[in-house]
Amino acid sequence: MTARIERPLSPHLQTYRWTLTMALSIVHRATGVALYFGTLLLAWWLIAAASGPTAYAHVHAFIASIFGRLIVFGYTWALLHHLFSGIRHLVWDLGYGFKANERETMTWGALVAGISATVLLWIVAYMIGSG
Amino acid sequence: MTAPQDETVKSMRTPLGRVRNLGASHSGTTDFWRQRITAVAMVLLMVPVIVVVMMLLGNNHAGASQRLASPLVAIVLLLFIIASTWHMKIGMQVVIEDYVHHEQLKLAAIIANNFFSFAVALASIYAILKLSSGV
Repeated sequence: MTARIERPLSPHLQTYRWTLTMALSIVHRATGVALYFGTLLLAWWLIAAASGPTAYAHVHAFIASIFGRLIVFGYTWALLHHLFSGIRHLVWDLGYGFKANERETMTWGALVAGISATVLLWIVAYMIGSG
Repeated sequence: MTAPQDETVKSMRTPLGRVRNLGASHSGTTDFWRQRITAVAMVLLMVPVIVVVMMLLGNNHAGASQRLASPLVAIVLLLFIIASTWHMKIGMQVVIEDYVHHEQLKLAAIIANNFFSFAVALASIYAILKLSSGV
């Protein structure tokens, strides 16, 4: 029972021809991991609001800084990309969209939708009150 | 045909019946299913959450905490926090199981993941409830 059986292994990632769906699969996971740590920002903001004006001012100062804005911009894109890319995964889970042209279209769609929605939201945000 | 002599066969259940829907972790497809439930929940919550965040832009502490305390805003954020922290806990566990092969390290990482996700969830929920109670 304990003897190791030499089972066939799948080839390493590097031996495959690079494809769009493969690249975006990695991006989906990477944005997921980024969002995992990004929730710290959301939690920090909520705790600061519950703590009082001084704590809230610290968060505000951070978000208003160039570095803070870059992080929040990145967070926005990661969230929206993961959302659209995730919808694509839900469609696949239901058993649709596996034809070559369908999966390519959905993947491009998720990529374009994520970027456009991020830019659009930031334009609206700046129009409302520039954070 | 003789009856099975094997001492270990004490149950009437077949081996297949014992493992069906359970798998090695004895929780079967629970995580898979919850990952999708929370995903669908967040698809539905995304527009309300974006509206809430937009509403809060450009507010000072007084304005932001007042808006965060309104029931509809608080409920939308609470639902989103529960769905997202649950979703991210399952997602990170999959990532850990894929890349961390050292058994003890993997166990430690999974425990840390549980602590982190639960702490973020509880801290956020506590903050919203505190704002909502107006103390």
